[in-house]
Amino acid sequence: MKRSTIDIWVGVFVAAGFVGLLFLALRVGNLTFSTSQTYQVQAKFANIGGLKKRAAIKSAGVVVGRVSDIHFDNESYEAIVTFNLDSQFKFPRDTSAKILTSGLLG
Amino acid sequence: MAELFGRLGTMVTRRVWQLGYAARFFAYVLMHSGTALRRFGLTIREMYFAGVMSLVIILVSGLFVGMVLGLQGYETLQRYGSSEALGILVALSLVRELGPVVSGLLFASRAGSAITAEIGLMKATEQLAAMEMMAVDPIARVVAPRFWAGVLSMPLLAALFSAMGIFGGYLVGVQLIGVDEGAFWSQMQASVDWRQDVLNGVIKSIVFGIAVTWIAVFEGYDATPTAEGVSGATTRTVVTSSLAILALDFVLTALMFTGGNAR
Amino acid sequence: MVEIEKLSFGYDRAEPVLHDIDLEIPAGSVVGIMGQSGCGKTTLLRLIAGWLKADAGRAQVLGEEIGRLDARRVFALRRKMGMLFQFGALFTDMTVFDNVAFQMREHTELPEELIGDLVAMKLEAVGLRGAAQLMPSALSGGMARRVALARAIALDPTLMLYDEPFTGLDPISLGVIARLIRTLNDSLDQTSIVVSHDVEECFAIVDYVYFMAAGRIVAHGTPQEMRGSKEAFVSQFVQGATDGPIPFHYPAPDYEPDLAAAPHG
Repeated sequence: MKRSTIDIWVGVFVAAGFVGLLFLALRVGNLTFSTSQTYQVQAKFANIGGLKKRAAIKSAGVVVGRVSDIHFDNESYEAIVTFNLDSQFKFPRDTSAKILTSGLLG
Repeated sequence: MAELFGRLGTMVTRRVWQLGYAARFFAYVLMHSGTALRRFGLTIREMYFAGVMSLVIILVSGLFVGMVLGLQGYETLQRYGSSEALGILVALSLVRELGPVVSGLLFASRAGSAITAEIGLMKATEQLAAMEMMAVDPIARVVAPRFWAGVLSMPLLAALFSAMGIFGGYLVGVQLIGVDEGAFWSQMQASVDWRQDVLNGVIKSIVFGIAVTWIAVFEGYDATPTAEGVSGATTRTVVTSSLAILALDFVLTALMFTGGNAR
Repeated sequence: MVEIEKLSFGYDRAEPVLHDIDLEIPAGSVVGIMGQSGCGKTTLLRLIAGWLKADAGRAQVLGEEIGRLDARRVFALRRKMGMLFQFGALFTDMTVFDNVAFQMREHTELPEELIGDLVAMKLEAVGLRGAAQLMPSALSGGMARRVALARAIALDPTLMLYDEPFTGLDPISLGVIARLIRTLNDSLDQTSIVVSHDVEECFAIVDYVYFMAAGRIVAHGTPQEMRGSKEAFVSQFVQGATDGPIPFHYPAPDYEPDLAAAPHG
């Protein structure tokens, strides 16, 4: 087997592998290179249910930000959720947030 | 009766001794990996034999697994009216579990056994001894490049398996059965987290790659230098690697995918 | 060149394979170590090559006590040694050329053109320059062994070790290998140790010979002395007699009672 043939094929293999990985990360997964500015907002909840970090924040069904941190407040005995909202969406001060589950059955 | 316990004890101590020996071998391979990394051509050559030659079986298997996931997934989901979640089902099953595990098992039986047979045969025909006589360390020159080739190839193969599988699921679900294409991809994207799911899958495949290749090179190097010895070693590689993959998968899954909710 | 004094060795300490070996190999000579299969001659060769460490006694090779050296120094010493393995042990995934060039590429920084010339020279010395591009699987046994010889002398070692070089060869190849061992030894200023049980070929080329049996040296001398030796083992070996100190029959119970007894096996 010629040396150059081997090198070419391994190169193809590695390139294909990386393309596969990128496909998985970007098209299948939700990796984004968003350079948009975000601002932080905090909300208190009595029960966070199944909320996790990086969960999507939606308004009218559109993703406008992500959860960045979930904390327990020892004084008010509530959960404090911090999220980063995309700067292009400004919400009025009296906006309320609800946690909804989107399970398998809708 | 006492003899039975005695034999059991001997078996256990022998296994433990072997594990220690294998661990020292592993450390030795790592320490002497300089040549494999400096003369990268050696490793590239092994990546051809371990990785590129496994591509066909990986891609074909991935496609079939994905297609079956599409069929079975649809079959179950549509009973609850959730057939649009097919994309999520296929993607998560592959990326989190089936991709790393099945490609690991295939790699173990194709490339792992080949590595064991090759090294074992070189030992049986005194090629390793001849190399030592020529003052070339056979572990640095023969074993280490094969080890790193396996470790580097596994994640790539697992990614290609998963990608092919998702494509297979898409073919069956969207093209064949008629699930809505938009829903298929968008729901998938919304639910597959690149860090939680994709990256963890990659980490799994790296761990499997290390385990499988380590077992393969060790069994080859340790094989009895006869025909039966080498054939026994290749069988052991496939069996031990497969068990190791499944066991490690459990441990890693427990660490990665339930740790968050246990809070 | 090689001096061995009161050497004892066993793979398992409790069962020594070599007992009290005394051996001397002067520089420039070809010395044979002969004996039956299993008498320990290959083990002795491995001790000289530094693969095994003696349990007792001294093994001085190329001026160094090889049993006391660490791995790196053993490797450095091996650069001056060459070994021909019983069946050649060529690297099956490389051509003949690459096999011979192996040591040059691993240990030196010589440019490829120079390596090409050197490989051609070594192959010419064993008569196989035309086979340079063949793969080892395409070679006959005798040719493979000659290529292995060319590979072993690639960096001009001073000490050559031959492990059963005559085994399984046809008469022509036997003659060729024997002649090569002697001419290379003399022209390259080497010292050679030949482990073998082929009396005729060995006697034709060696200056001195040691006979071993059951892990001990039982006789030594020049080939002429050995031919005329009255020592029972030596004369049985040299003449190839079926019976003598080494019995024909493997120990077994008496014949007639054994036949008459119930079937076994």
